[in-house]
Amino acid sequence: MTPLLQVEKVSKYYGRRIGCADVSFDLYPGEVMGIVGESGSGKSTLLSCLAGHLVPDSGAVRFDTRADGLRDTVTMSEPERRMLGRTDWAFVHQHARDGLRMNVSAGGNVGERLMAVNARHYGEIRDKAIDWLGRVEISDDRIDDRPTAFSGGMQQRLQIARNLVTGPRLVFMDEPTGGLDVSVQARLLDLMRGLVREMNLSAIIVTHDLAVVRLLADRLMVMKDGHMVETGLTDQVLDDPQHAYTQLLVSSVLQV
Amino acid sequence: MINVRNVTKSFTLHNQGGVEIPVVVGASFQVAAGSCVALVGASGAGKSTLMRMIYGNYLTQSGQIIVGDTDVVQAQPREILKLRRETLGYVSQFLRVVPRVSTLDVVAEPLLATGHAKAEAIAQAAALLARLNIPERLWTLSPTTFSGGEQQRVNIARGFAHSYPALLLDEPTASLDPINRATVLEMIQEAKARGAAIIGIFHDQAAREAICDHLIDVTAYAPRSAA
Repeated sequence: MTPLLQVEKVSKYYGRRIGCADVSFDLYPGEVMGIVGESGSGKSTLLSCLAGHLVPDSGAVRFDTRADGLRDTVTMSEPERRMLGRTDWAFVHQHARDGLRMNVSAGGNVGERLMAVNARHYGEIRDKAIDWLGRVEISDDRIDDRPTAFSGGMQQRLQIARNLVTGPRLVFMDEPTGGLDVSVQARLLDLMRGLVREMNLSAIIVTHDLAVVRLLADRLMVMKDGHMVETGLTDQVLDDPQHAYTQLLVSSVLQV
Repeated sequence: MINVRNVTKSFTLHNQGGVEIPVVVGASFQVAAGSCVALVGASGAGKSTLMRMIYGNYLTQSGQIIVGDTDVVQAQPREILKLRRETLGYVSQFLRVVPRVSTLDVVAEPLLATGHAKAEAIAQAAALLARLNIPERLWTLSPTTFSGGEQQRVNIARGFAHSYPALLLDEPTASLDPINRATVLEMIQEAKARGAAIIGIFHDQAAREAICDHLIDVTAYAPRSAA
């Protein structure tokens, strides 16, 4: 089976400081991988390199494109990479306002992604937007409201709808449940699990919340100081951590 | 069906002075399809550890653990995930679920994951819950608020939803009343009859005698220095 994403020795330096160094892994269709580590460990830098927001200094990020199979997204042309970003990829930001247009209606936010892939029929776009708002549990009488009038949890769900409406194959998520109430978090986690299964999505989720990865991710990568220190099945890494840092991380979680 | 060959496991505690604690040394045994093996030994002898190694939850340092045609010791994460989805079921002592997901959906999940239609999966989940005497008014609630015995029965229903060819059961009858205990033993017998290979940990001796074909004393695999 061809991996959906093949990451080989990706490194990114900020001057002489390490952002992330020598990270390699394969992600297969339908797999959800979590990346954990403390702040400054390089997990967001890595995610940005994978999603094409940052250009890595070395290494390759190969994506299984629909037309030509595995292509290195680091060396492909900017228009091609942007096209991937609109079609096969989705990026869910930690702060919903980074991923939404705050002065455009909820329906417009979802519809814009569709128009970017050449949907033109107003009725169809609006129907699809209503359908997706429903899937993320936003009632259709809010379709003409702006995200500024939404709660944090609703904004996050709207951002997910906006990202998934075009049927992407790979979703990048940066702390998707950060800053949300635990009650809102639980609902969002359940929603994401359902969507991943129904759409056979692959996802890479950066978080520092071990409970979130245990529930969402099949596989886990632990980062420290820009390096990948441990990787494996999520429950195996959490229940039988091998590296000193992972053991410290797992044993530091507060019990509720 | 399950073939454990000369496996070894130790824990290294890096943050406690790098102490190395050997827990399993040279364990070897086999479980044929349609038979049930009980792991026995005192508390702390390594029964659950061995079971978790077979499930791929704990890493194994050396040896082979063949389940179906997968070597759990060498397998990639995605191969283990496939094995768990299709071949190897595990009923742990504790239920771990996403908060606020209904009991029906929790039990139906293994069926949805193997590609069954939603309606069929829900119907089968309902039948299992009814058989295990979980009152119907609780089905739409999350099992996180249930009593210990109820949670355990939900866990069992989930573990038996898909007809796994191999099953690991960690104390499946521990906190059950006599009627439910009998139901669970009956379900294990049925799984054996359809050809499942089963490894179980039962402190309940009567249960063990009723359903197990062999006993494996894991004390034999405990390292001498620690014993």
